[in-house]
This record gives sequence, structure tokens and C-alpha cells, in this order.
Amino acid sequence: MDLNYGTEMEDFRQEVAQFLEDNWPLKGEEKDLPFEKAAAVFRERAIEQGYLYRSIPKEYGGSEQPPDVLKGQVIREEFGKRWAPLEARGIGTMMLVPTLLERGSEWQKEKFVRPTITGEITWCQGYSEPGSGSDLASLKTRGELVDGEWLINGQKIWTSGAHLADYMFCLVRTEPGAQKHAGISYLLIDMKQPGIDVRPLRMMTGSADFNEVFLNDVRTPEDWIVGKRGEGWLVSRTTLKYERNSIGAAQQTGAAFAGLVKLAKETKIGGRPAIEDETIRERLAVLEGYVKAHEYSGYRQLTKDSKREDAGIINMMMKLFSTEIGHQTAKLSMDLIGDEGLLSAGGAELGQRSSSAQGWIGQYMYSLGIAIAGGTANIQRNVIAERGLGLPRDAAADRSSGK
Amino acid sequence: MNFDLTEEQQMLQETVGQLLANECPVTRLREVFDSDTGFDESLWKGLGELGILGLNVPEDFGGAGLETLDLAVVAETMGYHAAPGPFLGHALAIEAIVSGGSEAQKKKWLPDLASGARIGAVAIADSDGGWASGHWKIEPGDQVSGTQSFATGGQHADLFVVGLAGGRLGVVDAEAAGFSRQSVDGADLTRRLVALEFDRTPCELLADDDAQAARRLHDVGCVLLAADAFGGSVRLLEMSVEYAKTREQFGVKIGHFQALKHQLASMALDVEPGRGLYWYAAYAQDHVADESERIAAVAKAHMTDRYMDVARNAVEAHGGIGFTWECDVQIWFKRAMFNRAFLGHPGEHRRRQAEMAGW
Repeated sequence: MDLNYGTEMEDFRQEVAQFLEDNWPLKGEEKDLPFEKAAAVFRERAIEQGYLYRSIPKEYGGSEQPPDVLKGQVIREEFGKRWAPLEARGIGTMMLVPTLLERGSEWQKEKFVRPTITGEITWCQGYSEPGSGSDLASLKTRGELVDGEWLINGQKIWTSGAHLADYMFCLVRTEPGAQKHAGISYLLIDMKQPGIDVRPLRMMTGSADFNEVFLNDVRTPEDWIVGKRGEGWLVSRTTLKYERNSIGAAQQTGAAFAGLVKLAKETKIGGRPAIEDETIRERLAVLEGYVKAHEYSGYRQLTKDSKREDAGIINMMMKLFSTEIGHQTAKLSMDLIGDEGLLSAGGAELGQRSSSAQGWIGQYMYSLGIAIAGGTANIQRNVIAERGLGLPRDAAADRSSGK
Repeated sequence: MNFDLTEEQQMLQETVGQLLANECPVTRLREVFDSDTGFDESLWKGLGELGILGLNVPEDFGGAGLETLDLAVVAETMGYHAAPGPFLGHALAIEAIVSGGSEAQKKKWLPDLASGARIGAVAIADSDGGWASGHWKIEPGDQVSGTQSFATGGQHADLFVVGLAGGRLGVVDAEAAGFSRQSVDGADLTRRLVALEFDRTPCELLADDDAQAARRLHDVGCVLLAADAFGGSVRLLEMSVEYAKTREQFGVKIGHFQALKHQLASMALDVEPGRGLYWYAAYAQDHVADESERIAAVAKAHMTDRYMDVARNAVEAHGGIGFTWECDVQIWFKRAMFNRAFLGHPGEHRRRQAEMAGW
């Protein structure tokens, strides 16, 4: 066991630090650019250095570096220290791009990858439907090939950012006679066309980040399909192979816990700092046990990933483990803010961490959203039990026909 | 960055696991569990021959000179197999002597402990309660008088490292005059406890002892209990999953039922993330001085609590049979009870955890 990164990595860290020293924030005439513009300029330079979009080929705008989990980690750490822009987040970069690189055709990669990673175009994900949540493969939105175009009809739901997106990547039933999973195709759709009706869904926090999307005779060219007809389910499961950020989640729970301790120091119970209250101390200590376990599991996964070894069942647990810690953190914060728990979330947005009471209330509510999005906690438990522990598959899932 | 066990450590685990699987399969474990002494002489000999009993003894004194993490991965394996015998107290007695003994004292005691020829034990539970050095009341001296409860080693230990007032440690020979021990009616029959009584009993104080030895004993003890808890939890989860795959009700394997699947998944979530926590806590004992005490407390509190939760769930997952003496789950359940209570319950460690953080 060695928790040092080693000389080679420390040299690399110096190199990254020097680059950041020279390049962020921007200097000279560029220093007054608005943030988004400045970030774009900076990212271009970071790509040239091989620091961002490392698994994306140069021809599509990436820096095409040999996979190195540790370098990826060092870059994130150093960029984080100086608040330098990392890769543009968003579902296009995180999900569509790796899928295209793995399964897309040449023209698709050429057309979509570069503008997606520069943030020029944005995407939304059309997966869930009103009748197809956990049982996603039962989806009913239909696509028919008519005169060289896909004609799409149906409804998607929980579509984050659909009101802003230029395009949607979408699962559509194109082979109605085929078995459930085999009847689905992965299509790309231009959102700026008649027939697409985006209606915002207001969340319990008060803000409206996600939507219902109605598709009424929506059209997309025949070759805007990723993979073959009926392969959509497999295509949608393509995951980023290289440089997975194995400790990002643990660092987030760690940061949230640090915020909670700070809150406990600043809040008073009976005229004294809450952190001096025996019950609060005990609860913080219990929670810290989980936070530490999360942290060191992250280091172990990072190591396994860097050696291209499988960390095992822990990989299936991290989402559930993070969300459970998130729940505990949120609950304790509500007890600490006391009477201010009567306030609303104040329009807090996802991922926004605020030291204000309303910021914590936003987290309290969002922690539930996170537990549901991308597979509910109960679905995560099914995955752990079936794929991780090898228990029999759910009888209901085996039987359903996908009609 | 290499947060993983070395190949040597993995081999060490495999070797110990192999020995335990051969020498002490569950059938044999049950015999030892139900025996009067809870001691398996041939297993102890086997561990000695492999060098496991002197793992943390410096090479100069006949040991392997390895670190706390090496000791901890062995403790994990012992926990997995519910290995019966006085290993825990033996390793801790060595730890205390290595840390607080003079060269002459090390030379006197360590070689026999390293080979397993003599069995070491620790007596650090004050009769009025309290495991930390601040609770110890027996006056240090060449002769000691008083009582200690919950000492390790059962009726077999040959020498005891005893906690004394002021955080001092002394070594008492089980043959010494004025020494007596009485078996404790403990739940965990794999690790027998005794209550000690000293009446002007000859005692040799550890020479270089500046309270660091007591601290070290306590912290390493916490780490080993956490590691053992991890191994035991893994085993309980495996047993419960295996049962769910074989037991049938309503015409199907009960593992089909989502209620049980979710219970097992939750158990897995209590088990697996602890692996890295105990590794780091063990590693810190030798490499991260300013974190070692606190992370040992975190690991002990968290992981022995999780072990107990997993053990309760394991009983439930086995249904009626799970509640019987015949079912093996009870053996690990009681080890979980031991690990949780020995060296202080989780609440005590969490109080220290909060204090050391400066909360």
C-alpha cells in the first residue's frame, strides 16, 4: 500500500500546476472575457496540452491521450485547486459522446462530437416515459421508417434540459414485433422542429429543470440512428471505458460532510454551538464512519481502475451508498437549521451548495431526486442482489414480453 | 497511488485462509466452540509454524517484523473463519512489549511469543468499567494487587500484559504467586475471557513505557477488531446469500423474493465499503502518525456496528433455523458482539472521534 502518487505523477502534477499558473485565469487582454468565453479559450489550450477530453481522438476535438487513471485524477485535483474549468459537464459530454465514439458511424462522430464537447450544441436524453420508468425497456414511443425518414410519435418524461437542448438522443421502439429489448433503436433527433412540444415539470423544490416532451410526427433522417435497428438497448448501455472518475462521488460526500460540520459549528442549540451537543456529535461521528468508508473505497477503486482490474461488487454499490450518505447528511442539516426548516428551498438548483438554510433545504429535497434519477434506490438494490450477489433474476422481469 | 494489498499480503491471507479451512472447518470449529476451553492446540501450532503468531515481532527477536496492515489482513481472515483461540490478545501483548519493552525485556519475552511456545494476553478492562488507560486503577510496582475483568487468553495464556494506573503496563506471569483467574461466562466461545485477581503478584513493568505503549495497544486493538469484523461480515453475507439460493418456499428459491434480495443488498452495503476503511486505519498505525488514533476509533466504531447489523440481518435471513444453536450464524453473531464490546462500545469511540476532531 502506498498512498503517494509516485515521482512520475508528482512531476506530472508540477507540469499541470505550471500550466495552470500560466493559463488560468486568463491574462492580458483576455482577462476581461466573460466566463463562458474565457472557459472555451482555456479549454482549447488545456486540450492542446493533453489535459482535457483525454479519451477523445484528436480528429474529433479531443486530446487523444493513452488512458491513465492517475493522470486524470491529478488533473482534476490541480484544476480543482485553482477553480479552472474542467470538461464541460452535461449529458451530451458524459453520455452521448462516449456512446458515439464506441458505436457511432464516422459521419456521426465528425458532426456531433466536437461541437458537443465545446458546448456549442447541447443534448437531452429521451429515455423515460410515463409508463416506463424502472421498466425502461417497456417504452412505447414508436419510430417508423417512412420515405427515408424516421417518423416518431410518443412521449418522453423527466427530460432534464429539454427546454434548452438542440438535440435529443432517444430510445424508440422501431421493431414492434420483436422481443422487448430487441425492438428498440437509438435515434438522434433535432429538437428545433415542429412536432416537438416541451412542457416544463415543476419539481418539489420549486424550480423546473426537467420536462415532458411530446413527439408528434417528429422527423429524423434514416441514418441518424446509432448502431443498427433493434440494437438501441445495447447502445444505450455503452459506458465510458477510460479514466472513470472513481473518487469524484466520495469527494462530493466528503465536501458535503465538511459543510455539515461547519454548519454545526455555526448553529446554536440552546445558546451554545450545536457541535457541542452530545446528540449532534454522536450523529456526526456515525455519519463520518460512512463518509470515510466511501472515501477509502474510492481510493481502492481508483487503484483498481489504474491497474485495469475489476474492483468487483463495490462498483455496483457506489450510487446507492452515495445517496444514502446524502440522505443522512441532508437529514442532519435539517435538524441543525431548526426553525429555518419552515422556509422554502428558495429556488436552489441541483448541485448548488449553499451555506444558507435555504441551500440546505434545497439539498434536503434534491437528495431524494438523486436517489431516484438514473435508477431508483430499489432498482440499485436489485442490481446489487442480482448481478453482485448472484441471486435469481426478478421473476416479473423474466416474464414480461415488452408488448 | 496504490491503495491495494501487496501480492505478499494477498498470499499471506491465502495461506492463513488455507490453514484455517483445513485445520478448522466449521465441523471442527463447532467442536471447539462447544468445548470447555475453546482452545485448539493443533491449530495454534499450525499458526505458529506459519509464523503468524510472531508476525508483528521484529526479526531480531524471532518474528516476521511485519506491519499492522499485515496483521490486520490476517485478522480479517481469522474473522472470516471465526478462528477460535487467543490470537487477538496474543498479538496485542506483543504489540505492547515491542512498543514499551526494553531490549532486555523484548529478548526475554518476544522469541517465545513469536514461536507460539508461550501465549500472550492482555488485561486492560478495569473492573469498574473502562478500557482506556485513564480508567486503570491497579498501582504499578514490582508487586501488584487488584482485579481486572475481561482479560483475553482464557485458561491457556502464559503471560498477561496488564494495564496499570497512570497508563503504565506491566507483565504478569500466569504461574506467579498471588495470580488467579476465573473463566467469564462469555457469549463468544471462540475467544474465551477470564477475570483476573492479583494479590501482591510479581509484575515486571515495561521499561520504556511512556504511555505510548498503552495507546498503541489500544489503537492496534481497534484496528484488528475492525478487520476481524470485516471478515466476519463477509462470511455472514455469503452464508445468507447461499441460504437464499438453496432454501425453497412457495415453490421457488427464496432468493427470488425482492424483500429478501433487498435485505441482502443492504447487508452487502454494510459490508463491502468497510474494506478500504480498515486497510487505511491499519496502514495509518505505521505511516500516518497524526491520524492513527482517530482513524482507529472511526474504524472500530463503524465496522463493529456494521458487523452487528449484518449479524442480526443474517439471523433473520435464515428464518427459524437462524435462531438455533445448530445454525452456524450464531458463532459469528457472537463474535460480532465481542468485537463491538471489547475495547469499548462504539459510542465511546465516537466520543473520542468527535473530541480528536476538535468538534
